[in-house]
Amino acid sequence: MIRPAALVLADGSVFEGELLGAEPADGIASGEVVFNTVLSGYQEVITDPSYAGQIITFTYPHIGNYGVNASDFESRRPFCRGVVVRDLARRHSNQRAVASLDAMLAHYGISGIGGIDTRRLTRLLRDTGAMPGAFGTASESALRAAAAAEPGTDGIDLVAEVTTATAYTVGAGERLVVAYDFGLKHSILRDLADLGRVEVVPASTTAAEVLARRPDGVFLSNGPGDPAEVGYAVEAIRGLLGEVPVFGICLGHQLLSRAIGGETFKLPFGHHGGNHPVRHEATGRIEITSQNHNFCVDPASIAGRAEVTHLNLNDMTVEGLRVAGVPAFSVQYHPEAGPGPHDAKYLFAMFAELMGGPRHADAHPADLIAPERGVA
Amino acid sequence: MPKRTDIHSILIIGSGPIVIGQACEFDYSGTQACRVLREEGYRVILVNSNPATIMTDPDFADATYVEPITWEVVARIIERERPDAVLPTMGGQTGLNTAMALFERGIIGVPGTPEMIGANAEAIATAEDREKFKQAMIEIGLAVPSSGTAHTMDEARAVVAQIGLPCIIRPAYILGGRGTGIASTLDEFEKVASNGLQASPISEILIEKSIAGWKEYELEVMRDRADNCVIICSIENVDPMGVHTGDSITVAPAQTLSDVEYQQMRDAAFACIRRVGVETGGSNVQFAVNPLTGEQVVIEMNPRVSRSSALASKATGFPIAKMAAKLAVGYTLDEIPNDITKMTPASFEPSIDYVVTKVPRWAFEKLPGTTGVLGTQMQSVGEVMAIGRTFPESLQKALRSLEQGRFGLGCDPAEQQLAAIDDDTLLATASVATPDRIQQVGELLRRGLGIDRVHDATRIDPWFLDQMSLIHEEREVLAATGPTAMDTRAWRRAKRLGFSDAQLAHLWQVDELTVRAAREAAGVIPTYKTVDTCAAEFDASTPYHYSTYEDEDEVRPSDRPRVIILGSGPNRIGQGIEFDYCCVHASFSLRDAGYETVMVNCNPETVSTDYDTSDRLYFEPLTREDVLNVIAAEQRASGGVAPKVIVSLGGQTPLKLAGLLPVDLIAGTSPASIDLAEDREKWNALCNELQIPQPPGGTATDLEQALQIVDRIGFPVLVRPSYVLGGRAMQIVHDRNHLARAMAELAGFGSLGREGGLSAERPVLIDRFLEDATEVDVDAIRDHTGDVLIGGVMEHVEEAGVHSGDSACAIPPQTLPSWVVEVIEAYVRSIAGALDVRGLINVQFAVSGTTVYVIEANPRASRTVPFVAKATGVPLAKVATRVMLGATLTELRAEGLLRTPSEHGHVAIKEAVLPFSRFPEVDTALGPEMRSTGEVMGIDSTFGKAFFKAELAAGTVLPSTGTVFLSLADGDKPAGIVVAKRLRQLGLGIAATQGTAAYLARFGQAVDLMVGKVSEGAELTAVDLIADGKVVFVINTPQGRGGRTDGEQIRKAANSHHVSSVTTVEAALAAVQGMAEQAGREIAVRSLQEYHAR
Repeated sequence: MIRPAALVLADGSVFEGELLGAEPADGIASGEVVFNTVLSGYQEVITDPSYAGQIITFTYPHIGNYGVNASDFESRRPFCRGVVVRDLARRHSNQRAVASLDAMLAHYGISGIGGIDTRRLTRLLRDTGAMPGAFGTASESALRAAAAAEPGTDGIDLVAEVTTATAYTVGAGERLVVAYDFGLKHSILRDLADLGRVEVVPASTTAAEVLARRPDGVFLSNGPGDPAEVGYAVEAIRGLLGEVPVFGICLGHQLLSRAIGGETFKLPFGHHGGNHPVRHEATGRIEITSQNHNFCVDPASIAGRAEVTHLNLNDMTVEGLRVAGVPAFSVQYHPEAGPGPHDAKYLFAMFAELMGGPRHADAHPADLIAPERGVA
Repeated sequence: MPKRTDIHSILIIGSGPIVIGQACEFDYSGTQACRVLREEGYRVILVNSNPATIMTDPDFADATYVEPITWEVVARIIERERPDAVLPTMGGQTGLNTAMALFERGIIGVPGTPEMIGANAEAIATAEDREKFKQAMIEIGLAVPSSGTAHTMDEARAVVAQIGLPCIIRPAYILGGRGTGIASTLDEFEKVASNGLQASPISEILIEKSIAGWKEYELEVMRDRADNCVIICSIENVDPMGVHTGDSITVAPAQTLSDVEYQQMRDAAFACIRRVGVETGGSNVQFAVNPLTGEQVVIEMNPRVSRSSALASKATGFPIAKMAAKLAVGYTLDEIPNDITKMTPASFEPSIDYVVTKVPRWAFEKLPGTTGVLGTQMQSVGEVMAIGRTFPESLQKALRSLEQGRFGLGCDPAEQQLAAIDDDTLLATASVATPDRIQQVGELLRRGLGIDRVHDATRIDPWFLDQMSLIHEEREVLAATGPTAMDTRAWRRAKRLGFSDAQLAHLWQVDELTVRAAREAAGVIPTYKTVDTCAAEFDASTPYHYSTYEDEDEVRPSDRPRVIILGSGPNRIGQGIEFDYCCVHASFSLRDAGYETVMVNCNPETVSTDYDTSDRLYFEPLTREDVLNVIAAEQRASGGVAPKVIVSLGGQTPLKLAGLLPVDLIAGTSPASIDLAEDREKWNALCNELQIPQPPGGTATDLEQALQIVDRIGFPVLVRPSYVLGGRAMQIVHDRNHLARAMAELAGFGSLGREGGLSAERPVLIDRFLEDATEVDVDAIRDHTGDVLIGGVMEHVEEAGVHSGDSACAIPPQTLPSWVVEVIEAYVRSIAGALDVRGLINVQFAVSGTTVYVIEANPRASRTVPFVAKATGVPLAKVATRVMLGATLTELRAEGLLRTPSEHGHVAIKEAVLPFSRFPEVDTALGPEMRSTGEVMGIDSTFGKAFFKAELAAGTVLPSTGTVFLSLADGDKPAGIVVAKRLRQLGLGIAATQGTAAYLARFGQAVDLMVGKVSEGAELTAVDLIADGKVVFVINTPQGRGGRTDGEQIRKAANSHHVSSVTTVEAALAAVQGMAEQAGREIAVRSLQEYHAR
């Protein structure tokens, strides 16, 4: 049964389509509308907590082709506000599948809208930046009002919404990694667990509490929203630097740079895809990376305090850094993939190496330091 | 790393003639490579024997050698040009094999010789030697199907005993899967394995456990010298393992792989290219996936650009060959800007926001005796690609792009053919892969047999089947709705599933234009989206468009005068690269003259569908609806100014559309003139008026009329349908029974059914067949002032009766008296004037005794235009295009575009290349139906030397030692005396059948060996001699009629044992002349630039 629906953006643009997944309350789902250009990996994207507060537009027109399965969840449930697609598969086909995407969306109360000219929407978002919007079966005027009322993700602490309530342990081994859950993806957890025992702690955990666990290293996870709103975490990180090796990914990377006095700013339309080229400055090697962020580190603001180790070749923004004088590094992109290429898995090995050796700056793997390539 | 400065000149090896498995995709890649390397300042030396290619235009290389691509000839070129490097990865399997032969002889790739760039010998050997490849994959931990290699039948039997049946047999060092097959029984195994051993140039086969039915994928990988690797495109085959990927319907990107599986495959592809050692450039890695377990295995890897890489380039907008050429000279991916976005680097992986579907096109109807069953050996001759936002849309667009009378997936008159077949029979039929399977599957789904049953029978993934079902479900809704109740939403839903107006017209039994009008009244018109490599993430300026039905159109406005060039659609026998050459030249010359050029085509292999070729590219089917839509879009984008449309350069495809388009838009010769030449009655009247003799003849729509004509003109007659190209279904008919058979085949749903059958508008043409006449072809250009340029007069080697596309021809004419040539030229001027031609015209003549008969005239580009251009140095297609838009020949001479031909002092021969080695069941005797897939040119100082080169380039080695076998039809025997005498003088032995031997002996030419007839069970026959390798060359001419017993067996034996043969006495005479003139001499090589220097 076709449920005609519309998507209305804050600028008044209207897109006609049909409702998918769950029936939203009052016929309206709202959030910040973003896009993602991955060709596969929709289940991982939808369940990535970094999308809290957002409506995800998939640029690839066929979504749901291979269904969903138990192992591709990136968190305990989806935190996004909705999904926009051109075409949702009616019948999926893959030996790994246990259910359809439509069923999964309905199960978790996520609404979607299909039949949309997602290319038009993407072109619009590309030019204006992520924009609040609302979709559903409600009247166009109701959707318009909802879109106007939607605050977006600026200035909101979305981490509190997605972080774990209590600490828990994953894996086993001699080595202990304490992982901050700002919206931690399961793929990261799996990669960390390969290095040893991982104790996942809530975002609000203090440095003293973390150090009391006597970790070999601390991991700062990915997560949603504006890093400027997670001041408590920045505080905690300051207390950890120099005490223990630190590795951050995505939001963790932004928080690390704020902890050393850096600034973050919002990109015009963010990086959301699985095909961004990142150059590892030390080696000149290109990594094709999975990306999902709207905020970015201002390189001028960290000059002298950290070295830029990775650059995005599309827009030359900062993709990785290494803090001067202490064992701490981070990347803006997603080396854990899930979804995306495996080109940057070496970063986990680098973290292990950092945890294994003496804890001062000289212990950095040589290729993280790139004096001859300079800092952007 | 910047580009290398230690090399200055680079030799590119082309792929030679168009053959099955190696088509114009290598012209596309080679042209890109030539352009890029010249732009980078390197001296480019090119060798390619194919004159129809764009790459062999003298403008694209510094030295262009249209010479045979054998290692000996290439070695001569290397000796002469002394290049610093050789790029072997642009010329398909031919390029690789030739490079390897040169390497093995120490001519390249070793210190002190030209370096191999792109892929070195070790890498090529690792990828191409199946056993080596398998070991390499096992070594890096990748799974491969269990297998073993064999060099003899005994070894083969031992392997199969170990791995079991069914198994697949793949010969080493072959292209397009030649000699490959699946065996399910031991009997089949014996046959397939021995075929495979024969097909492999090194007598090596890989015997592999069959994984038929698994899902099949391909990844296009690029690597630079800093070891950066990216995947450009993933491709999923709709047809599962068991059908050669070149014969499979394929889709990009992969549809049914989860990201975890895709990334695993991506990692494996990188590991593969690194292990094989392709240092820079593109490679294609094929995988199979077990649909039940997800198990992945590596099937094979091509360490070069390929058909798939051309498809991937067109599918993503990422020009793989161009990038591969840049990487080969040392750039890294991050140093090269993305061509399309300009702002971002090429070191990325394209993301696409549409679905691409490729469907192959076959030519089984031209090859009687073939089964039409698809397998592991490629048999298709061309392909189409279509872009849609969804799979159903792109599939339906692709199916109507094929030009085989289908309007989409069913919902057209041709679906009636399946109506009478019951469900079970149809299900059983569809379980065997054939060209018709996709429509059979569509019909089964429409009948409601269910996705699971159809999946069980075909192993096509349920996702694809479900998507196809959406089309049929919508069809039911549309039928119930009817044309008058359609609202905007309903129209949009139908069009988004790819329904053509023609399908809806059929469904509702109304006229197509009525559907169009109703749809447009509802405000539903196509929107054109852009192929931009990045799914709209970045702004892109490259205007590469496809139609779909969405909210937003992306064609940018401009106010320059614009010209739309309609391309030639999928390659097929009779219409191939020659027409793409003409379209591309049109685009180049109009761009130079300040026009905005717009290309419409659906063939992913071609240069015309390179987004660089024209100002705008529409990757669209060439149907009335789609072309009218493009015209409307262009008119909108230019503020209402109607564009001009060129219909006469792309062969029959655009010509057939001419009458369906607004007549005032057509550039050049008017559709009325085209019709005047095509309509037999009008044409006859014209020839009468001009007093130009024609063979007597008439037109018929049924047998009775046909009989009346032969009563008047007598047998033999030439019978052919109108409005076809390549002599489709053309026959020489000697008696009444044969005539009845021929008429039946042409009528209704006979073998020509899919092309339209017979009607008053499409009658059969019946002409007196002139025996022993010399055929002559002329290409000419006439401008609007009446000035005519004779581009080239070509004398055919084979007599009239062999299709001009299958016969060799020479420029200048070799035996015609000069007064005959002058008469011919006068006739051409007169006809061109009478037809008021504005642009190209091709006229065919038959010269019999002292009479010059005109056979037909076609006021359009012919197949020979590029050959004439290469032979004379005059860019005919460019000149003609300008003339079509109003320039005069005088103006073009003044401009410097039209130069005087340089046709003196050398002879150029065009020779046809036939696909028989792939079809051992087909008789190789030439006839009036064209069957060649491609052509080569031999150019040298004399006819004999040029003919020798042309034959060598076409794969026919004219021997200098050994025994030649002769078996001649009675009428050919006198010429046989001369042939035998020359062979004797050259020191060759002669074997012959009894009849031929006795005849020759009577005239003083005793033979060395006489054999009996195969049909009489003789102890020693020609077939035995051929099978035992006792003869090096076969001359066998068929009897005028029938005669398909012994002769056919002899020809088939020669074909399957790779013994070169000729099947006409004229070719035999030319061959002995070639042998005589080349005897004891080295082949001399010379570049086109030298031939045409002035």
